[in-house]
Amino acid sequence: MNSIKDTVAIVGVATTEFSEDSGRTEYSMACEVIKAAADDAGVPLEDIDGMVKDVVDGIDAMYVQKALGMETLTYSSDSHWGTSPLINAVTALAAGICSHVVYYRSANNGSGKRAGSDFRAAKETKDESLDLIRYDLHHPFGLMGPAGSAGIGIRRYLRDYGVGAEQVGWVPVVCSEHGSNNPHAAFRNAPLTIEDYLASELVVDPLRRLDIAPEVDGAIAIVLSRAELAADLAKQPVYVGAVAMGSGTNGEHYSSYSRDDIAGLPEMELMAAELYRVAGVGPDDIHVAQLDDRYAPYVPMQIEALGFCGKGEGGAFCEGGDNLRVGGRLAINTGGGFLSEGFSHGVNVIEAVHQIRGTSTNQLDGVELAMVATGAGGPADGVILHS
Amino acid sequence: MEYVPGIPILKASRDDDNRPFWEAVDEHRFVLQRCSHCDRYLQPPRPMCPQCRSMDTLEWVESPGRGEIYSYVTYTTDRMAYPAMKVPYSVVLVEMEEGVRLVSNMIDIEPDEVRIGLPVEVVFDDISDDLTLFKFKVRED
Repeated sequence: MNSIKDTVAIVGVATTEFSEDSGRTEYSMACEVIKAAADDAGVPLEDIDGMVKDVVDGIDAMYVQKALGMETLTYSSDSHWGTSPLINAVTALAAGICSHVVYYRSANNGSGKRAGSDFRAAKETKDESLDLIRYDLHHPFGLMGPAGSAGIGIRRYLRDYGVGAEQVGWVPVVCSEHGSNNPHAAFRNAPLTIEDYLASELVVDPLRRLDIAPEVDGAIAIVLSRAELAADLAKQPVYVGAVAMGSGTNGEHYSSYSRDDIAGLPEMELMAAELYRVAGVGPDDIHVAQLDDRYAPYVPMQIEALGFCGKGEGGAFCEGGDNLRVGGRLAINTGGGFLSEGFSHGVNVIEAVHQIRGTSTNQLDGVELAMVATGAGGPADGVILHS
Repeated sequence: MEYVPGIPILKASRDDDNRPFWEAVDEHRFVLQRCSHCDRYLQPPRPMCPQCRSMDTLEWVESPGRGEIYSYVTYTTDRMAYPAMKVPYSVVLVEMEEGVRLVSNMIDIEPDEVRIGLPVEVVFDDISDDLTLFKFKVRED
């Protein structure tokens, strides 16, 4: 049924410096990071015949191709954010359309436009978008930006299952512990304590300041190749065991208020079932995962949706942090997550590659499988990687 | 809740799928979209009933505007908030007796008094000459 399993490998990765203000253009970062990822893979740029990115990226792919001298692309696509551009790359490679595809993301979201201002600009310019349905129904009442939209569903989750701040707070605490060892993390600090979290201001109640991943400036690139070409390249191939999306489910981006139960992540459940089916593994086989921690309460919700514990048990799973640390039941966000690295979609894939290559700054022993999930609170995208 | 003078409030852009809703609000009437075949209410409005896939059974029906608060968020800092509104302010998700849910604001209580399960009813707020919004107040009965 699904011919994708093990047909594609991630062969090269690169990131620019992540910071609150890059002081440079998204165009410049995109070119640098794509060249660096191709160098990491040992794939000449002229051999790359596909390019994917997400729709919210600042710089158009055609200009990037122009600067990099990429003359012979046979596949190019924009997809919604998260891991979904990577899934487009995998499908193009598995279908035989391309030999090597580069996925890039370059954005000055830390110093430039924030998510909320982005929506405002779209509305003010009368940008035609299906999402305007949502803006129209929400903006006049001051429901502004994704944190507010997400907070409404998150409040129901916390209330319906009795999940408390003293449980959710271990997500930012553990991410800060992991991030403190990662020189690449833009918001690297001394590790937080649960007391720091409980003292953190409620900025979009029920979300605290420490629940929300800060926006960041930076770029990432990932080179993927057909598996039969991957073995002879510069680095150990990291094979794609499965990719899957989860969508529909009467959902919207962060504001899926019209479905019966708004206290869960059914897109993630759909995605996880497909990932496990294709890869031929289950939650018991996985001990490291890069989860979408744009909003910390989405982590216990994802742990449930991905099958690592039962419904409503995610808070207890996180409490104390031991399950989430390296060596725990499910080490999460071992580079520090979006909470420590900064929110620049898709970067959590690169940390999963590091775990399998054995090059993470918080390395587990003998990682054979790693899971990645993005798109919590909206259309979900995920991947299972293996050595 | 208080507005900041001089900053416009974003209005709904009206099209064939939602115009009857906002035109009713202009006239201080509250209507909801329903599929007459399935007797099912739809929110947000859409051009097709997802159950029977009919496009010509959709109608707009008067609603008594009664419901209860299903969830809410409270903005406490300007950086995260909509600039036209003074913080703190709450945005509520109201579940109507018809079963659908709508995003709105409360008119008569402070953000720290908002609770899940609070019974509410619709009211209309004439904010300016060209903008009326539906909002909610605590229901006594």
